[in-house]
Amino acid sequence: MARRVAIIGTGQTHHRSQRRDVNGREMIHEAVQRALADCELTMRDIDAVVIGNMDHFEAINSVDTWSVEGSGGVMKPIMKVTTGGTTGTSVAIAAYYHVASGMFDKVLAIGWEKNSESDTTGAIVTCSDPIWDRYSYSGAIPSLATEASAYMEKYGATQRDAARVALRERTHAQNNPYAHMHGRPLTLDEILDSPMLAYPIKLGDICPRTDGAAAVVFAAEDVAEKLAPRPAWIKATAVRHTYSWFGDVDQRTGLESLERAAREAYAAAGIKNPAEDFDVAELYLPYSYAGLKWIESLGFCGPGQGPQFIWDGHTDMGGKIPVNPSGGVMSTNCIGATALLRVAEAAIQVMGKGGARQVPDVKTALATGFGGCWWSDVVILGKEKPA
Amino acid sequence: MSAPELLTMTSPDVGMPYEWSIGIYGSKFFQEIRAHQRFVGIRCPQCGKVRVPPRRVCGTCFRELDELVPLPPTGTIIAFTIVNYPFIDPATGLERPVPYTYGYIQLDGADNIFSHIINETDETRIKVGMRVRAVFKPAAEMQGNIQDIRHFEIIEVKHGE
Ligand SMILES: [Zn+2]
Repeated sequence: MARRVAIIGTGQTHHRSQRRDVNGREMIHEAVQRALADCELTMRDIDAVVIGNMDHFEAINSVDTWSVEGSGGVMKPIMKVTTGGTTGTSVAIAAYYHVASGMFDKVLAIGWEKNSESDTTGAIVTCSDPIWDRYSYSGAIPSLATEASAYMEKYGATQRDAARVALRERTHAQNNPYAHMHGRPLTLDEILDSPMLAYPIKLGDICPRTDGAAAVVFAAEDVAEKLAPRPAWIKATAVRHTYSWFGDVDQRTGLESLERAAREAYAAAGIKNPAEDFDVAELYLPYSYAGLKWIESLGFCGPGQGPQFIWDGHTDMGGKIPVNPSGGVMSTNCIGATALLRVAEAAIQVMGKGGARQVPDVKTALATGFGGCWWSDVVILGKEKPA
Repeated sequence: MSAPELLTMTSPDVGMPYEWSIGIYGSKFFQEIRAHQRFVGIRCPQCGKVRVPPRRVCGTCFRELDELVPLPPTGTIIAFTIVNYPFIDPATGLERPVPYTYGYIQLDGADNIFSHIINETDETRIKVGMRVRAVFKPAAEMQGNIQDIRHFEIIEVKHGE
């Protein structure tokens, strides 16, 4: 039987568009030291490390070995896990598996990216099939834009609806001192007037490119309770990948991988009415239209009801289910760290360490990861130790 | 039955040392374009779905496929975007010309979607639901790769309801 596991510490860098003052290893080190400090451990206490970033991005292979002095992995069991956009949730879930298996008591999960050192779009294009898809594929933004075009056609959603999501993310980011877009608020009109990158996605609708790292410490149940006054327990995780060619995903339906992952995780964690049962959600929403459509796939509201749900303020701070108090992916996107930040931020909410971005009295929190080939991960955290 | 001709595709420019195997059914797809200016998909006997490009395995049912199905060069736009920002194409090392329209097209008779370029970059003149037709290169210029399809063109505007 799997052991119960909790998150006992998190750490992240102050995310920026470019960190010239550090190399990748040194940036990773900042996040690791902050995570260790958060749970009052030293690297000596860590039994194993799981690390990931985006393949191809910094043109460095074997980043697990290359970064070992910064990650703390010298002469420890260390494993690289890289799954595209979901890398951050993959390292989190892999670290959870390490501890739940009974083989390790305290495991460090790390995600990082120096987007300033990468050709992001070029690297993402190489994730598409070289024979069939690569000729017309052009990276994350147009791929997401096609989904938006199908959603708008089906439900009559507008660019203004999407801008309302972008406004929420940017507004929330002002409460998060770590966010890349902290100190840079935008208005609805500024988002609507921003340049069109790939119809219907404008600059204000899409995530930035960020340099940053995140680290999260997972611990076995007996250890966790000794080390953390209020650990964030893992209640459920689920992983669903679909896709052979991009055309195998039908843009006219909900995001099927997310629907299926959520269904499994909700059943395991006893979630019946997600909008009521979760106190907060940190969702991997790489662009504004995802904030309309994917909350339907998560069951926060019915199909086509995403825009109304957003305009009613249910996902704002103080709403029924605040989404992305951190400002989310659209305010910080160090890609290999991005999904791990969702898990870390959900844990921060459960542990009550959110400062200005804290939602009051969080008992259950949802985190998701999304990868460019339309796959999804779901992680559910809770204040109460699972039965 | 004679052994099928098997194609490969070499990366198109700047001497990238990659050569990707297209396989029996993928090769058939390009050979069918050259011979008959039409597409070919493959039907799964278990789920009944016809998928294009044809592949050897149905991922959902996890079983081998062998029933090729001819498909016409026409279909319907189910999603699209107009790419408006420049980037370096890693396949060529050159900047991809923009704007261009990247479309997801449901070919008539297929259950999944085919991605390619649509030659309409004015957002007021393209809509989800429009009908499109493939425009092929002249057979003599075809090289057995995805660019043997030049692009898809809109053939009919869907009016109102
Ligand atoms: Zn099948």
